[in-house]
Amino acid sequence: MSLIPLLLLADSRLPGGMHAHSGGLEAAVAAGRVYDAESLHAFLLGRLTSVGLTCAAFAAAAALELSSGVVVGEDGFQSREAAALDDEYDARTPSPQQRETSRALGRHLLRAVRAGWPSVLLDAVASLHPDGPHQPIAFGAAAAVAGLDPGATSSAAALASITGPAHAATRLLGLDPDAVTAVLASLAGQVEQVAAAAAKAARGPVEELPAVCAPLLSISAEHRRAREVRLFAS
Amino acid sequence: MPREVPQGAHQNRGTVRVGVGGPVGAGKTTLIAGLCSALRAELSLAVVLNDPDLQTDTDLLLRHGALEPDRIAAVWTGCAPQAAIRDDLRANADAAAALEARFAPDLLLIESGGTDLGATFSRGLTDRAVFVLDVAAGDRTAHKAGPGVTNADLLVVNKTDLAGAVHADLDVLRRGAAARRGEAPTVFVSLAEHPGAPAVADWVRKLLAERRLTAATAIGAAAGSTTGPGGEAAGS
Repeated sequence: MSLIPLLLLADSRLPGGMHAHSGGLEAAVAAGRVYDAESLHAFLLGRLTSVGLTCAAFAAAAALELSSGVVVGEDGFQSREAAALDDEYDARTPSPQQRETSRALGRHLLRAVRAGWPSVLLDAVASLHPDGPHQPIAFGAAAAVAGLDPGATSSAAALASITGPAHAATRLLGLDPDAVTAVLASLAGQVEQVAAAAAKAARGPVEELPAVCAPLLSISAEHRRAREVRLFAS
Repeated sequence: MPREVPQGAHQNRGTVRVGVGGPVGAGKTTLIAGLCSALRAELSLAVVLNDPDLQTDTDLLLRHGALEPDRIAAVWTGCAPQAAIRDDLRANADAAAALEARFAPDLLLIESGGTDLGATFSRGLTDRAVFVLDVAAGDRTAHKAGPGVTNADLLVVNKTDLAGAVHADLDVLRRGAAARRGEAPTVFVSLAEHPGAPAVADWVRKLLAERRLTAATAIGAAAGSTTGPGGEAAGS
């Protein structure tokens, strides 16, 4: 497997709409739960081991499913498994606000990736749902067309579950960016563990994929109101 | 001779997209409210707001009866207004495409969050860009060569009524704009005195007339051949 597509897809400057999302960090800052490097570390670890694990497992499962021979029949791409993954991820995302965000990010990501790796597979995944596929399904599809294996996909997805909020902390709290890098580096071991667990789970049945949620992230996502003054989309 | 500016890469066919950028407080939202009031009788309009203080910004647009609430979309940029109109335009493109799919407006205005002079709109997002400066911010702003000022298709210098009060010399601004922008147009306005911004409204009318002419020519040249819609259609 070439590392270059992995690095491209894991680059936070890939124009997939992520820069405007804090992964719940803005709400945590507003509630006074995150205020320095130490509390950021706790937030990121919680995110990584909950929704991060679920995201990484679904991304790896989607990559596995979509790279192991795609059937393109007369009716086009047969996406039954991908549809099942999307449904199962929906069931693991109880907050309507988070579902909407996840589908928007999936939609955005596919548009960015289609420019680099045009594929009938991405078109098919884009049409899984009128609002777009969930972000991990889109990321798995992107990984499949870019030639990533499920392990690399899982690592990139697990890492992405904390890099976005970490960069948001730099902006929202004015934390020293070097301190934020130190926090991310200190989590490298846990990212690897989560990625390995997710990649292993991805080989099992779809319905048995991890279903770890972070209730406080879901609740705070629901508390955000459209007319509230805020800076991040999520 | 006006600069040749290609149509934006988004390829939406019916709607002309105009970005409105500029520093905080220059009058971007006020200009958009004024344009909507001035043009609503003759054009179908829609607006995308970035980093909105929704209460204030939306109320400003609604108060003048300029726009129905459904025609205003909000995009949050995560403290990075320039990224949202240039480096990662995805959320704005999505919001614009959704409004176009629903209303097929003649004109879609995309207001950036307040930026410095370096902000430019990607051609992947808008057809044309307007940059708004505030006279009260000083008379050297136009001369400071940010890409926002240099590359904008129209530079709007607002609050000319305050020039005396802040000891700003409009001639300095005029010379600065000419030095940085060459033949590209600059207009001086006071939105407080003339909320409809007639000079800007006329620029928009001319832009739409050009687009209609181009479209008519293209249809004539195509002589029956059809192409599918490109770009970022909503929900695809």
